[in-house]
Amino acid sequence: MSFGLTRIDLEEGAPTREAFGEALAEMGGDERIVVIDGDVNNSTFTIHFKEKYPNRFFNVGIAESNMVGIAAGLAGAGKIPVASSFSVFLLANAFDQIRMSVAFPNQNVKLVGTHAGISIGEDGPSQMAIEDLALACSLPGFTVIVPADAPSTAAATKAMIERDGPTYVRCGRPKVPLIYSDGDPFHIGQANCIRDGDDVTIIANGIMVAMALDAAEGLAQEGIVARVLDMHTVKPIDTEAIERAANETRAIVVAEEHLAYGGLGATVAAVVSEKKPTRMAYVNIGDTYATSGKADEVLVQYGLTPGAIEDAVQRALKD
Amino acid sequence: MLEARTEDPAELETITRRLRRDIVTATTKAGSGHPSTSLSMVELVTVLYFGGVLRYDPQDPHNRERDRFILSKGHGSPGLYAVLAEAGYFPVEELMTLRQLGSPLEGHPNMNRLAGVEASTGSLGQGLSIGIGHALAARIDGLGFRVYVMTGDGETEEGQIWEALMFAGNRGVDNLTWILDRNSYQQTDSVDHVESLDPLEEKVRAFGWEVRAIDGHSLQEVAGAFEWARGVRGKPQAILAHTIKGKGVSLLEAEPWKWHGKPIPPADEAKALEEIGAPS
Repeated sequence: MSFGLTRIDLEEGAPTREAFGEALAEMGGDERIVVIDGDVNNSTFTIHFKEKYPNRFFNVGIAESNMVGIAAGLAGAGKIPVASSFSVFLLANAFDQIRMSVAFPNQNVKLVGTHAGISIGEDGPSQMAIEDLALACSLPGFTVIVPADAPSTAAATKAMIERDGPTYVRCGRPKVPLIYSDGDPFHIGQANCIRDGDDVTIIANGIMVAMALDAAEGLAQEGIVARVLDMHTVKPIDTEAIERAANETRAIVVAEEHLAYGGLGATVAAVVSEKKPTRMAYVNIGDTYATSGKADEVLVQYGLTPGAIEDAVQRALKD
Repeated sequence: MLEARTEDPAELETITRRLRRDIVTATTKAGSGHPSTSLSMVELVTVLYFGGVLRYDPQDPHNRERDRFILSKGHGSPGLYAVLAEAGYFPVEELMTLRQLGSPLEGHPNMNRLAGVEASTGSLGQGLSIGIGHALAARIDGLGFRVYVMTGDGETEEGQIWEALMFAGNRGVDNLTWILDRNSYQQTDSVDHVESLDPLEEKVRAFGWEVRAIDGHSLQEVAGAFEWARGVRGKPQAILAHTIKGKGVSLLEAEPWKWHGKPIPPADEAKALEEIGAPS
């Protein structure tokens, strides 16, 4: 995959789902951790944990409701359960269980969804979680994290285990370019400013972070200096970083691999409108389901490209 | 931790009358709630909490070795609250705050507001999976506690129940006992008319469970069933308890489909308490 990157040279890394699975297995010495799988452990890479700690790994089969309920019970008994499946099945199939058995009682359950967004490509729209952030963010007390690359996913996995409370981490299917190095700072609820600028701020997460960097490079060639914030935590949102962006730059563009409603764009807009109304523009999937195709082709088809981010910046700066 | 409070049948019977009184008076005072589904479960929870089955300690409600009772049919909360008050988790007088703003006795159980409530429930079908989670934790940690989950029979129409039955059966989760309060009625009609579960015994057995059907209002049969369950090795156990919705109050027993989510009107309360033989 190229993600349409033409102006920056990011080393090709690993899929975030793989980084999650490896990090989880590395942390597995913590006996509180119990992993629950919906029979996709060789796709979510929880197979690494399974191989090292078979007595704390349960494949419950294709039964996401039961999977989340079991996780809630394990949490009630003091364990740190990590329930992992494809995002779309985890969040959508088991939403009632996530609400009733996890969010409402504030159980310390970790949900890790993989194969999120349209960048899964060929498997098509039935498998593409594009509503998951809206669902997860709607739940009181939930922490929602969308890491951008493999090193930050490993850091997010560690932070998720260390943080008390229900958490959703969203991972993707394809290999994604490396933005961070191992050991770079990662704090839940704190955006990373990965490129500074004072004309415009591009706020992105997940695979859109690499595209935002590429767009920033393109904009620089036209004399527009863009700040790029990796807003890996959608909830709780980093209001301070957003407020600073609104005060210090002329416009804010939000880029995400999600529907227009209920995700990062809507969350940032709510902060901006209250703290410092600022011109905004959005790059997202809009209000539609996507189609099958090669991942790069699907991303282009639905307007998730560096070029689309640049266009959005131009729109936002026009008035 | 409490091992046994009594095995005297006469004393257990007196407790059932106190619990029925508390269920009726609390819901009538609240002016809402589900007394009929609470009345059907009384003998089951009486033997569980006071007949030497459940090991628990109201002074140390989160003791990691305690047995767990999870009320999956959360609308039976008046029954759960009555038994928790009788057990000493909170003063009996607090039952009269049921459903009031500020009271921890919410319409459906909230585990973060009331000690003794093991799971927040109310969206049906979820308790058995939660119970499995606790049971697996006991296995992982090598602890000897047991988990009891009560569902309703209408609730058993939920698909998640069958996911949980399949998992627990396949894995031989034998520190888990499912208590089905089979009062035969759901909100609008009989379970048989809405979505029949039968042949239930055969179905549950086919899912890998040991099954026993009992009269859920016979203290003797209930006690026998719990003793049987504790002795089963290698398989989870299902106690299918035939009960009567609204048991003890003729007004509710006569037309259960009209009374699912309704308290006994104040004008009928005295007669209901008389029928129950409520101790004063």
